[in-house]
Amino acid sequence: MTANPEQRRKERLDRGIKVRSDGIYALMSWRELCYLVLPRLVLIVGMLILPLVVPIYWQKVVSYVCIYALLTLSFDFLAHFVGLVSLGGAFFIGIGSYLAAILNTSFGLPPLLTIPAATILGAFICTLLLIPCLPLRGVYFAIVTLMYPLLLIRVIEALDIFGGTDGIVGVTSFTNHYFIIIMVLLFLFGLRRLVNQDLGLVLRAVKDNDQAVRASGMSITYYKTIAVFIGSAMGCLGGAYLAHIYMWAGLSSFALDFSILPIAATVIGGAGTLVGPVLGAFILVPLSEWLRDFGTLRIVIYAVILLLFIVIRSEGLMVYSQRKYHQFEKWIKV
Amino acid sequence: MSATPILQVNQVTKSFGGIFALNEVSFDLHEGEILGIIGPNGSGKTTLVNCITGFIELTSGEVLFRGKVISGKPAHKIADMGITRTFQIMRPYYSLPAYKNLVIPLFAPRAKRTGGWRGGGKLGDRNTVSIDILEEMGFERESFVPYKMASNLPTGYLKRLELARCLALSPEIIICDEVFSGLSMSEIASMVPLMERLQMEGITLIMIEHRLRELFRVANRIMVLNFGEKLMEGTAEEVMADEKVKEAYFGSEEVEEVMEHA
Repeated sequence: MTANPEQRRKERLDRGIKVRSDGIYALMSWRELCYLVLPRLVLIVGMLILPLVVPIYWQKVVSYVCIYALLTLSFDFLAHFVGLVSLGGAFFIGIGSYLAAILNTSFGLPPLLTIPAATILGAFICTLLLIPCLPLRGVYFAIVTLMYPLLLIRVIEALDIFGGTDGIVGVTSFTNHYFIIIMVLLFLFGLRRLVNQDLGLVLRAVKDNDQAVRASGMSITYYKTIAVFIGSAMGCLGGAYLAHIYMWAGLSSFALDFSILPIAATVIGGAGTLVGPVLGAFILVPLSEWLRDFGTLRIVIYAVILLLFIVIRSEGLMVYSQRKYHQFEKWIKV
Repeated sequence: MSATPILQVNQVTKSFGGIFALNEVSFDLHEGEILGIIGPNGSGKTTLVNCITGFIELTSGEVLFRGKVISGKPAHKIADMGITRTFQIMRPYYSLPAYKNLVIPLFAPRAKRTGGWRGGGKLGDRNTVSIDILEEMGFERESFVPYKMASNLPTGYLKRLELARCLALSPEIIICDEVFSGLSMSEIASMVPLMERLQMEGITLIMIEHRLRELFRVANRIMVLNFGEKLMEGTAEEVMADEKVKEAYFGSEEVEEVMEHA
């Protein structure tokens, strides 16, 4: 319409330094090297000094944040790079917790052995249970992954196994913030690397267009299985660590919070960026902890903040800031 | 032509809830030839491709590849044996650049096994090999076209990308589902020699087409489908001269004309 001659739109251009530092030429100047390294350094250093600067009460929250960060990473990886929308956070955490607790109390393994063992073994169990559901896509897969924890809670309750409703008590205490922080960083940078390698490309192709992957002579179920294994390993690691923080594994290890919060964190942080969801977890978990002072109003404030994020910045913080970092923006007349 | 056909389709029937999309279709495909399949809309051409490549299950009948039954196997196993297909509605990986699209088939077990300049691994990494294949398919190596996002490529290049995806597996048979449709005349003119070169390299081709003139130029044999049944099979001249084929293609309009005059 020509009624409004003052219509403007935003024009975006990549910064020169971004284009230059895409290639290996970035190594030729300090400025370009800094441009590349600085954001990563801020994240790594920021996370490493976190246990040193936060007050005593918040020390424990650091570990919770990292467990949620692992879950959001797993969610973002499965949903945006493999096309499996998984609400299995509670499932993974529960399996990991119970396994670590059983290995610790019944077999007497120390935490440094139970955590890796529960991670690998738990990922195997989760993957085995999810394999029959792998042909499902989208919301159907989400429903199935949401059902498993509910199912397992009732099974444990009804059969009174693994301590029944009381859970497994007497798990050895193990709290080391650096352990879980380094795990988050390892998985974060590992996944970022993986999705750009050939195997990662195949996984992204499964999301983009699974028929073409079948036509290329590759079994999509096989690649989905690999992805689910990686995703559930992250969740089980978090669960195993959680069991050692709580010194207990019980029915609330299957709490739905573990499935829901990753979605919210991914929305806030920016879907498909991997870093964004971690950032989202670092915002949401302390926020919900801080809001405890408000009592029952907590959920209201929480919901309003989420709503504002979705309405105003639905693309997510990370996508927004990446754009600001890499591109010029200016208003031009249409 | 060799004695035993590379692909035998025996009495293939596919019914969707009582409606026969394919009714006892049989044909042989000999090594190194180009078989054209034509037919009006809805005559079951794409269903036939889906049946051969395992994307849908047959109701009855069987498909043999080099004398071995392949019908009933999953699609990726059949592709792994060397029977590849293009899709009528192009299915590139839109979020990836064109050359990265080919990294995916090059990662497949068959591509790893067959090796060679097409297989990846032996001659540089998959990115290099995929650019080689794209160049063969008419993507200019020195230009920025192979590096463009697949979502920004025009139809002509997407069709070539589909073919390149098949070639990356160093296939024995390529089934082309309407590679000419949606292309301009000049784009088709540049595709035709491509198909002829594939044949010279020893790849057997099945081409499903609506562009009869170009198809008749490259195909050795033509098969006509109508309402899921095989009408006839023969050379281009025989097909053109056949009354049943004329009826299938033009019959409906003739009937309409008659109705108007009546």
